[in-house]
Amino acid sequence: MQIEIAGVSRQFGNFLALRSVDLTIGSGELVALLGPSGSGKTTLLRLIAGLDRPDAGDIRFDGVSTAQRPAGERNVGFVFQHYALFRHMTVFENIAFGLRVRPRKERPSEAEIRRRVEELLNLVQLEWLADRMPSQLSGGQRQRIALARALAIEPRVLLLDEPFGALDAKVRKELRRWLRRLHEQLNTTSVFVTHDQEEALELADRVVVMDRGRIEQVDKPVQLYRNPRTPFVSRFLGDVNEIDCNIIAGRPVVSGLDTTALGTVHLPNGPAKLYVRPHDIAISGKSDGAGLVRFVSPIGAVVRSEVELPDGRLIEVMQLHDHFELRPLQPGDRVALSARRGQVFSVTP
Amino acid sequence: MAGAASTFRGTAKPVERPGAWIGRWLLIALALLFLGMFIVLPLVIVFAEAFRQGWMVYLAALTEPDALSAIWLTLLTAAIVVPCNLIFGLLAAWAIAKFEFRGKSFLVTLIDLPFSVSPVISGLVFVLLFGLQGWFGPWLREHDLKIVFAVPGIVLATMFVTFPFVARELIPMMQEQGTTEEEAAISLGASGWQTFWRVTLPNVRWALLYGVLLCNARAMGEFGAVSVVSGHVRGLTNTMPLHVEILYNEYNFVAAFAVASLLALLAIVTLVAKTVLEWRLSRDIKHKAG
Repeated sequence: MQIEIAGVSRQFGNFLALRSVDLTIGSGELVALLGPSGSGKTTLLRLIAGLDRPDAGDIRFDGVSTAQRPAGERNVGFVFQHYALFRHMTVFENIAFGLRVRPRKERPSEAEIRRRVEELLNLVQLEWLADRMPSQLSGGQRQRIALARALAIEPRVLLLDEPFGALDAKVRKELRRWLRRLHEQLNTTSVFVTHDQEEALELADRVVVMDRGRIEQVDKPVQLYRNPRTPFVSRFLGDVNEIDCNIIAGRPVVSGLDTTALGTVHLPNGPAKLYVRPHDIAISGKSDGAGLVRFVSPIGAVVRSEVELPDGRLIEVMQLHDHFELRPLQPGDRVALSARRGQVFSVTP
Repeated sequence: MAGAASTFRGTAKPVERPGAWIGRWLLIALALLFLGMFIVLPLVIVFAEAFRQGWMVYLAALTEPDALSAIWLTLLTAAIVVPCNLIFGLLAAWAIAKFEFRGKSFLVTLIDLPFSVSPVISGLVFVLLFGLQGWFGPWLREHDLKIVFAVPGIVLATMFVTFPFVARELIPMMQEQGTTEEEAAISLGASGWQTFWRVTLPNVRWALLYGVLLCNARAMGEFGAVSVVSGHVRGLTNTMPLHVEILYNEYNFVAAFAVASLLALLAIVTLVAKTVLEWRLSRDIKHKAG
C-alpha cells in the first residue's frame, strides 16, 4: 500500500514537532525515518498509525484520506519501542488479541485463531514460548512477539518505533538481518524509526533523514552517504571533516588541502564549508608537504591518522592497511593531502 | 589500588564491637514489647472480655435483635458503599491516569479531600445539607424524604469518608503503567470498551482488590461521620461501631466486647487478605520490571 503524507504539521504546546512534511512511501517499500531525538520521526510514525492527529495536512493510504479513520480501522501493525506486550496475557493470547477483538461476524473460529497464532509463532521462530508470560522473555524475544502480534491482523502497513533500540549490540545485528529477510518474505509496506544511522543505511530501501521537524533528505542509502545534500545530513551520516574554505571563482580553496578533484561549485566568492569524509582524503608522504602528522592508529579495519594543516586545524584521514604498509607514516612526518570527494555548502546563519 | 579496594570490600561487612549484641537485642526486645502492648494486647483483651462469661452469653449478645439489626445495617451500608466507590474510584483513576485535561490536579486534590477532613466534619456537612434546618431540609420534608438520622444518611456519610481508597490505590499504578498497552490494543482494532475490559482493568486487578478491601474495612468500621448522621436509634440506625459504644456506655461490657470482637475479626481477615494481595501486587510489579 502506498502512503502519501502531504503538508503534515504537528505542534505540542510551543514545540513544533513536524513542520509541513511531505513524503510518499511506495507500496512494499522498507523505509527508515532517521534523525536525532526531537526530530519528529516518532511523531510522524504515530500520525501514520492514527495514534495521534495532525494539526494540518493529510495522510492518504492508496490515495484515500485517513483523516476520518481512527487507528483501529487503519489496519496498521504498530510495534512499540518498549514492545507494550499485554503483561497479564500469555504470548499466545498476546498474538491472538487482534483476532479476538474483531466484531463477532468477522472473528475467526477458535481453531482458526489457534492455527494463525501457531503460524505466526513459527514465522518469528518462537513456537516454544506460546504459554510464557511476557515478563519471562528476553528483550529480543519480546521484540519478535510484538512483531508477531502486529502481523496477526494482516496489516497493510507495518510501523516500527525504534525496533532495536532497547537491545544489546549482538542481538540487534541478528534481528536486523532477520527483519530484512522477513520483509522480503512478506513485502508489507514498512516504516521504521531509528536514530542509528548504521541501522537505517543497512536495512532500508530508502532513508528519510529528519531534523527539527523537517525532512532534510530522502534517498537510497548509497546516495545519501555519497551525496548528502545538506550540512546536517553530512554530519549525521558517518564521520566527516568539517573544513572552513574560501570560494574563489567557483573553487573551494583550503590551504594545505588539494581540492582540484572536487571540480567547481555554484557558489559566490566568499567563505563556505567543505565536508570531506576521512576515507575520501588521499595522503602521501612528502618532505615539503603542508600537513604534519600528529597521530596514527593502525588498530581496526582501517588506519586512522590525524593531520595538522598550516592553520592548526586537525583533519582526520582513513587509509587501508595495504596502503599504509607500503608507505608507513609516523607522527612528525610531513604529508600532502588531497580530497577525492566532498560537498561544499554555503555558510548560512 | 588493589589493596585499597580489598580493604573497602572488607569494611562492607560491619565489624562488630564486643558487646554490640546487647544493644541489638535491647532494641529488638523494645520493639516487641511495643508491638505487644499496642497491637496484640488490645486484641487479646477484646476476645477475652467477649468470652468472659462463656460461649452462650457471647452468642446471646450477638443474636439479640438490636445487635442483629446493627450487623445487618453495617453489612447493608458496606454492600451499597463498596460497589459505588469501586465504580467511581475506577472511573476517576482511569480519567486521571490515562488522559490529559484541565483541572486534573484539582480533581486529584478533591479526591483526597475526605482523608484530610475530620470524619465528624464530614458527618456534619450532611446534617447541614439534608437536616431539617439544612439547605435541602424543607424540600425533603415536603416530599416526605428522610436522609439524616436514617439509613440514606449513614450510607452517604460512609460513601464520602471511604471514597478515596480505591482511586488512590489505582492512580499511581495506572500512571506508572502508562498508555502504550492501550495504544497497542487500539491499533490492533480493539474498541475503547474492549481495551478497558481486556487491557486496562486486568492490569490493575490486584491493586483494585486491595483498594476495595481497605474501602470495605473502613466502611464497616467508620464511627465519627456515621455517629453524627445516625441519631443512634436502636434497631434502626445503629451500625456495629455505634452499637458497641451504646452497650459500653450502658456498662454491658460482655455484649460490647462480643460485637467488638466481630469487628476485630474483620480487621484480622482484612489484614490477611491485604498481605496476600500485597504479595500478588509486588509479584506483578516484579513482572513488569523483569
